[in-house]
Amino acid sequence: MEGRSRVDLFEYQARDIFEKHGVPVLGGVVATTPEEARAGAEKLGGGTVVVKAQVKTGGRGKAGGVKLAHSPAEAEEKATEILGMDIKGHTVHRVMIAQGAKIAEEFYFSVLLDRANRNYLAMCSVEGGMEIEQLAVERPEALARVAVDPIVGIDEDKAREIVDAANFAEELKAPVADVIQKLWTVFTAEDATLVEVNPLVRTEDGSIVALDGKVSLDENASEVRHPDHEALEDKESADPLEAKAKANGLNYVKLDGEVGIIGNGAGLVMSTLDVVAYAGEEHGGVKPANFLDIGGGANAQVMANGLDVILNDPQVKSVFVNVFGGITACDEVAKGIVGALEILGDEATKPLVVRLDGNNVDLGRAILREANHPLVTLAETMDGGAAKAAELAHL
Amino acid sequence: MSIYLNKDSKIIVQGITGGMGAKHTALMLDSGAQIVGGVNARKAGTTVAHKDHEGNDVTLPVFGTVKEAMAETGANVSVLFVPPAFTKDAAIEAVDAEMPLIVVITEGVPVQDSAEVFAYLQGKKTRMIGPNCPGIITPGESLAGITPHTITGKGPIGLVSKSGTLTYQMMYELKDLGFSTAIGIGGDPVIGTTHIDALEAFENDPETKAIVMIGEIGGDAEERAAAYIAEHVTKPVVGYVAGFTAPEGKTMGHAGAIVSGSAGTAQAKKEALEAVGVKVGKTPSETAELMREILQSL
Repeated sequence: MEGRSRVDLFEYQARDIFEKHGVPVLGGVVATTPEEARAGAEKLGGGTVVVKAQVKTGGRGKAGGVKLAHSPAEAEEKATEILGMDIKGHTVHRVMIAQGAKIAEEFYFSVLLDRANRNYLAMCSVEGGMEIEQLAVERPEALARVAVDPIVGIDEDKAREIVDAANFAEELKAPVADVIQKLWTVFTAEDATLVEVNPLVRTEDGSIVALDGKVSLDENASEVRHPDHEALEDKESADPLEAKAKANGLNYVKLDGEVGIIGNGAGLVMSTLDVVAYAGEEHGGVKPANFLDIGGGANAQVMANGLDVILNDPQVKSVFVNVFGGITACDEVAKGIVGALEILGDEATKPLVVRLDGNNVDLGRAILREANHPLVTLAETMDGGAAKAAELAHL
Repeated sequence: MSIYLNKDSKIIVQGITGGMGAKHTALMLDSGAQIVGGVNARKAGTTVAHKDHEGNDVTLPVFGTVKEAMAETGANVSVLFVPPAFTKDAAIEAVDAEMPLIVVITEGVPVQDSAEVFAYLQGKKTRMIGPNCPGIITPGESLAGITPHTITGKGPIGLVSKSGTLTYQMMYELKDLGFSTAIGIGGDPVIGTTHIDALEAFENDPETKAIVMIGEIGGDAEERAAAYIAEHVTKPVVGYVAGFTAPEGKTMGHAGAIVSGSAGTAQAKKEALEAVGVKVGKTPSETAELMREILQSL
């Protein structure tokens, strides 16, 4: 759930963003069908290309998701093999047809947010291409780490410091430092939390090229100042309930369980998942069905939208609403529950356990008591509510 | 005593005329906090009307700048209810005015903005709490933020938490005992005040007898806090970590894991805390029980 405020890009999207900011990249075309793959290979000149599965996970090469093709016909053939493949639970919906490169040397570069030091960290190595975690463990001295001040950034001096620390050959220092400064532009101009290039290569003709990139964008910044980032979100891979929740501005993550959860505040909702899972151990092993945070100051409509998403999950057997009103008023939550049940009418068949505390709790409880809906049970405590919801899910 | 905030704190609100600012100015006044004014450059020279905790009318001045507000009112705390697009500039203005404490409630601040503000205030006179946090309450004395002041009163427990609603839940579980100060530091990747800062302040606060530390999955702040506790904290600490059953985030670049040096899981955090003698509860209620036992044995 930590990653909810971050958007990870596909390789082809990272490539396009690199190109936009002047980072040297090779030609690349995204394709969703074998025919498009053939057309893409033709567009790139009809020579040798690499057909690369576009999935947001590592190890695609080993899984057979990266294949060389010497002609457009072969590109079509390889794309047919790769499209639809499953790589570590990720279905391949797209491939990138990438221009072939004659690689002389492989390097590594990344710049990322360093939470511990509350600044940025640049990492760089003349030994690229391999798994960088492995390099960091086995030969940490080969991976240069240079702190970057958020106000100064990677200027000419800092870029020079990075290539010096990574021990680049003297004649490569200037061209690599130049690419690093352009990657820094990507990092700031797009409000990224990670820009990683692995490998950064020197081709046989001597150019420095970003061959494969990973970019994570800060969703907060996208909301505030990058309206174009919305187009980069991977909507088709999202769970339909997650998509519906997102459209309603709800923070929802679908999980594999039977007890639907609604709460306010990420911490309390996570805690509620834990308490329900523990209670589930006593009730046939039922588990939380989702994470749903209605946020601070939620009103009746938000509550009703949340309930609508959860009751549409066929796996859900019972629902636990756990709200501690700080900004959120408990009477608004209660109104939302009553309103949603009215709209659903006979379609509402799943029992709801509701625990309210805090802001306007007496009003909230009174509204629920008065409505006296047969599906709603009021709980006095978080533990008691979790136990009741788990019990109802196990019936 | 308390940490960071007490009955003498004079608070201004940046964004006092906005919806959130107005609502929480009223609630802070209701808690008895000394709210002395607000800032909005476009409404400088106007006033806003509120009631104090005894129901008397209060007229608060709206200033054009933080500097002016400080000069006129002697304010030493600023609470920010400024939209995320303008939070960086508002915070930097407060730092430039040498405001001792700024509490940034705003949710959704771009992380590069937070990193820039944090870098900017190094070596300056300002402490920042937040962003994306419920703020800080010293029950019975003052409130700078959105924590409900009606949950509990003054007592011997210090509380530091990433999460707002879990702070409220824990205060509620221990409402019969009360709190010296409860501080919500926020769950964003870059925050101004950390668990470690709060632990240090509680350790030095004679009124605080024991500390509750609430964490959640992600990052390695709890692991670093554990190392700090081992070295520097003599008071008893009880911990709680939310997110044991949360699925792993969809991670892509692995560079983050190298930096943190930790899996960031609830289990890893619990083990790190227990290794230095911190008792960790499985649930908020169990955590409260552990605190109760500790206070009884003191």
